Amino acid sequence: MKARAEALPTQEMLINMGPQHPSTHGVLRVILRTDGEVVVNARPDVGYLHRALEKIGERVTYAQFMPFTDRLDYLASMNCNAAWAWTVEKLAGIEVPERAEYIRVIVCELNRISSHLIAFGSFTADMGAFTPFLYAIRERERVNDLFEDICGNRLTYNYVRIGGVSADLPDRFLEKTKEFLDYFEPKIPEYNKLISYNKIFVHRLANVAAISGGEAVAYGLTGPNLRGSGVSFDLRRSEPYSVYPKLDFDVCVGTGERGTVGDCFDRYMVRINEMRESVKILRQAIAQIPGGPVMAKVPRAFKPPVGEVYFRAENPRGETGIYLISDGTVNPYRLKLRAPSFVTMNIFEKVTKGLMIADIVAVIGSFDIILPEIDR
Amino acid sequence: MMESLAVSLVNAVPALSGVPLWTMTLLVMVVVAAVVLTFALLYAGLATYVERKVAGDIQARIGPNRVGPVGLLQFLADGIKLLLKEDIIPAKADRFLFALAPYLVFIGSFAAFVVVPFGVGLIASDLNIGVYYVMAISSLVVVGVMLAGWSSNNKWALLGGMRAAAQIVSYEVPVGMALLPAVLIAGSLSLQDIVRSQGGLLGIFGWNLFHNPFTFVSFFLYYTAALAETNRTPFDIPEAESELVSGYHVEYSGIRFAFFFLAEYGDMFVVSALATACFLGGWHVPFLDAEALPVAWGNLFSLGVFLAKALGLVLLMMWIRWTLPRLRVDQLMRMSWKYLVPITFFNLLGVSLWLLVFHGKGIPAMIASIFG
Amino acid sequence: MEPKAIFEAVKGKFGEAVVELQEEGFRPAFVVVSPESVREISLFLRDDPAMKFDSLMCLSGVDYKDRFAVAYHLHSLEIGHRIGVKAYLPREAPSLPSVDGVWPAANFQEREAFDLYGIVFTGSCDLRRILLPEDWVGHPLRKDYKYPEFYHGIKV
Repeated sequence: MKARAEALPTQEMLINMGPQHPSTHGVLRVILRTDGEVVVNARPDVGYLHRALEKIGERVTYAQFMPFTDRLDYLASMNCNAAWAWTVEKLAGIEVPERAEYIRVIVCELNRISSHLIAFGSFTADMGAFTPFLYAIRERERVNDLFEDICGNRLTYNYVRIGGVSADLPDRFLEKTKEFLDYFEPKIPEYNKLISYNKIFVHRLANVAAISGGEAVAYGLTGPNLRGSGVSFDLRRSEPYSVYPKLDFDVCVGTGERGTVGDCFDRYMVRINEMRESVKILRQAIAQIPGGPVMAKVPRAFKPPVGEVYFRAENPRGETGIYLISDGTVNPYRLKLRAPSFVTMNIFEKVTKGLMIADIVAVIGSFDIILPEIDR
Repeated sequence: MMESLAVSLVNAVPALSGVPLWTMTLLVMVVVAAVVLTFALLYAGLATYVERKVAGDIQARIGPNRVGPVGLLQFLADGIKLLLKEDIIPAKADRFLFALAPYLVFIGSFAAFVVVPFGVGLIASDLNIGVYYVMAISSLVVVGVMLAGWSSNNKWALLGGMRAAAQIVSYEVPVGMALLPAVLIAGSLSLQDIVRSQGGLLGIFGWNLFHNPFTFVSFFLYYTAALAETNRTPFDIPEAESELVSGYHVEYSGIRFAFFFLAEYGDMFVVSALATACFLGGWHVPFLDAEALPVAWGNLFSLGVFLAKALGLVLLMMWIRWTLPRLRVDQLMRMSWKYLVPITFFNLLGVSLWLLVFHGKGIPAMIASIFG
Repeated sequence: MEPKAIFEAVKGKFGEAVVELQEEGFRPAFVVVSPESVREISLFLRDDPAMKFDSLMCLSGVDYKDRFAVAYHLHSLEIGHRIGVKAYLPREAPSLPSVDGVWPAANFQEREAFDLYGIVFTGSCDLRRILLPEDWVGHPLRKDYKYPEFYHGIKV
């Protein structure tokens, strides 16, 4: 039988997936070479959304660059804003008031919840279950309402400033956040009952694209992707910044509960569990937040000292790093944005060899990439 | 049946006595076909509306509610929109096959309505090979789907067409073997005979569903396998929206696309109607003997009961679609060949042995005979 | 380990190739090395039991006005320390060995440095433009980059 199969001449198909495609989470193009349904080679082609953010950074001032970080990862805007603020503050040695740090942590964790909701919703929609996506959007609308209260925007917030936050929390914001948390917390077991442990869903994801811990570290995976492979590394715990040392939460790690450690299902479950942990962090932050000013004294024509600094923050998609070189003027000299999704795409070609076409979609969704981050 | 209808018509209306019988028969055939087609198309249109409302309900939103009262005329608006769209045929596509494919799918789906037993006397044509006919004509859909995938000159469509063909052909076998128990019990392939065999004094327990444990399992096997035949989620990999961007009908737009769409809903109804007729007692009205009633009332009640059961099963298909994720193509094939085929085969064996040992009596009949 | 100790250890092993330690105003501190030795030093930093730098956090090209540089930020998950490695390159024909055999995470970032700066990474498994179209002329992030007037006949 094997000899017969080898004697049959077959042709490899060259298929183009994207840039316009419902499941590639943006303008990602994957050049697939397949032998029937099995993928021989899947090469990602990025760059369709390149907006030269790093070049722009060299032209604008530090404060003016803040809205550009919004557009770096628009689903986790607050996190990117805060990462930029923390980087510049580390360079210039600015002391941020404690209330501002607590506010930053609160909005960052809320944004983590809404980003993971979109990751969860769009992933299940790619798998064919259309309903959880709408439930996720329904929850996310409530988070957007909270953000609208706080800064007026529902998507790209530009709320964090170098030295603090732009405005104090509005009236009743903390009560409304607590109401949202009480409403949201029982939803997570509901999602698990609806889709997470559904037999068909588990069969689609278990043992697909399993990445071992050592491989994940070598390929630069970070965040939920790294933790899904069993490596217990969370920047908020290992290299804590801001007020995270005062907050207590668990680091969610993939355990291979339905397949191998590091498969798509593990990465998906890490995100679900992280939402639960974010709720815990938020409750503590709301209880601990002190009064006080929300902005440090930063001169208008802000000139940080000459030097180079590298800061990294734990964003929903991984580790967002900013390498900042300052030459003492009002504009940064060099600004390198290390986006987690960009480095995650390194492993894509390796991990998709031998999978089926339907699994490519599962892999892209489980990595939770977002194109503006990749292309900057 | 058409002939007898024609004869009774000529007898009833003296003015028509001059017309030769064959013209009358032909006329009756055309009218009946028109009625069935109208029903089928109306059903398909309303089914799209109901699907969207059900989807909205499950997804915590409203669904269409602007066009007409509670959005009921939405399907008309969609139909008119599709009719008015530009007819686009891709430049390098095979024009003849491209145009032919939707018609084949449409015919394969709606021609099966001919043998659906709507009521006591309401069946377009009570073929004595009813079940065979439905299975055969539904297979025309495979040809249409493959033509659509191939002629679109698009790799995604081709992949979708291949997957669809593999899927439908694989699930034909379990479908056939799951339907056979009902045929064995009735002793006939004609759908009216199968329905009639479930009648009698036992009422609801006369249904084939309760006849013996093997037929009980058969019903679920048939429903699952037929769901796969109609390309509905969780088996909708050929038209997986999010993977293949609509698979085999990606290049179709306007009224050609509408044909595929309507054919899918038609298929759903045929499958549900067959399940109702073979396992759920068909048009038998609870607590009444429909055949003993005066013709008009008997037909009316039985039609109502049949539609209620069949449309209930269609609603269940919609419910399943919006809840479950989809299977991958190899998992789908594995499920058919490694699981459904052996199980339906042993099921069929079980029913045959049961009928042999118990002389065709079902469990309710045996219990009834104990109590006299 | 402190940056000073790491610098001493690397200098002890590689001598001439290690140029200096940039500490004041640099967080993390940078060990400046010669471009040709980048690969060997990277292997040492990854495999040596006292170093164990198994994670490449960030790889960036930099254009100091008189010369280029490639800056590597390394982190050890086991030990927890961080260090930076920098290699200065001349402005014309900048090139140095690739480290994607040491840390596969480097591949896309090296392609980006090549794309935007024109720094050639020899021995790389795949060096092509990544963010810009394949037929783009020039390297935009250089300080002396001139914006093109037209691209394929379209006014830019």
